[in-house]
Amino acid sequence: MGLLSKKDSKLIFDPLADNNPITIQVLGICSALAITAQLKPSIVMALSVIFVLGMGNVVISLMRNIIPSKIRIIVQLIVVATLVIIVDLVLKAFAYELSKELSVFIGLIITNCIIMGRFEAFALGNGPWRSFLDGVGNALGYGIILIIVGFFRELLGSGTLFGFKVLGDSVEKTGLYALGYENNGFMVLPPMALIVVGIIIWVQRSRNKELIEEL
Amino acid sequence: MAINTEKNSYTVIFAIVMVVIVGSILAGLFMLFRPQIEANERFEKQQNILYAMGINKNTGANDVVFIPTTEVEGEFQKYITRQVVLKGDEVIEDDEAFLIDIKKEATKAADPDYKRRLPLFQGQVDGKDVYVVPVRGKGLWDAIWGFVAMDKDMVIQGVYFDHKGETPGLGAEIKQRYFMDDFQGEGFLVDGQFAPITVAKGNNDPKNNIKNDQEVDALAGATITGDGLSAMLKKDIRLYVPYFKTLN
Repeated sequence: MGLLSKKDSKLIFDPLADNNPITIQVLGICSALAITAQLKPSIVMALSVIFVLGMGNVVISLMRNIIPSKIRIIVQLIVVATLVIIVDLVLKAFAYELSKELSVFIGLIITNCIIMGRFEAFALGNGPWRSFLDGVGNALGYGIILIIVGFFRELLGSGTLFGFKVLGDSVEKTGLYALGYENNGFMVLPPMALIVVGIIIWVQRSRNKELIEEL
Repeated sequence: MAINTEKNSYTVIFAIVMVVIVGSILAGLFMLFRPQIEANERFEKQQNILYAMGINKNTGANDVVFIPTTEVEGEFQKYITRQVVLKGDEVIEDDEAFLIDIKKEATKAADPDYKRRLPLFQGQVDGKDVYVVPVRGKGLWDAIWGFVAMDKDMVIQGVYFDHKGETPGLGAEIKQRYFMDDFQGEGFLVDGQFAPITVAKGNNDPKNNIKNDQEVDALAGATITGDGLSAMLKKDIRLYVPYFKTLN
């Protein structure tokens, strides 16, 4: 890889699988449960978190030598909050429909523990470029899980993807529904997100034995 | 030159500088985007009113497609023939009735001496007079609101519902076609008396073929949003009953 050194590319690709913030570190679960009933909000949430975490890591990294350690958590909070408000304003001005769909959850990015975790654990001790890669990598790892969960929940719960009826019409009984298939209403409820995440963790650990803790 | 970041005075100065910088950035951005955001809100209201009247760009069976924001101003002028404000027994013509903030009006109405201003939009669709009224209430997490289009006998011609923060996939489904379309044909008057339409669980009528039962099939997993919606219709539509009675 020309653009990224081996160490740098590890920063971006590690969190996608072997050090995924959701499935391995089990952070950021709350939003993974809340907004994944459909695919579209999952994707927008993933993009917003990529922006907030990538930019936030750079800002914190640039300020790392001048932040007073006594108030560093508050400073981190201010940085996240600022970026989240910017995302919210941009969505309101240019993607009004979506911003309404996601309103509460965009605000809740502030409380996403992945973000504070990366600021504290990485950006405070590394340069801006590496922090940027780390931020984007972790946000991608978070986003991928969100999108996988959103995909299965919307498909199995509502029989749609992006609102399109891919399995036929459940009321008119066309497509798969003509054969007696039914939507699993439980999939649209938050507990099923937890179970889907659990299945992803199970698949991941059974494929990669190194992830299994010694008992 | 190393800065001593541990000193109290440094911490205080750092905090002040940071807050000032962040505050100005956000205020600046907000000023920059405000015209766009306000225009979006205005267009949205017009789109919603037209949608409730059945003026939309729906093609598929599940579409909720509004008149594009670029055309909505013109279409609104074309279809809405009359905007009025009801104040007690008075009926006042007002071309800007759709700008009335019904949330503020509802708050002011707590004072018994205050005569609440009720906006009403009259339009014509396919030669038939349609009256659109706004409604606003509480869902599970936050506000829900909408527009109800009725004929002069208070039979629903179309509705549009929206929400601020209902759960995606559950309460947020109130703005889906399959839910909103169920309201068409239900009436608010039974033998000339106001009879609210409620969102009902287990009414054994999922396609809503029975139009005179004052019930619309509820959404699974959205009981509180549904109850809020029933309460909203009951509370706000009732206010317009005296006006509709003068129409007949």
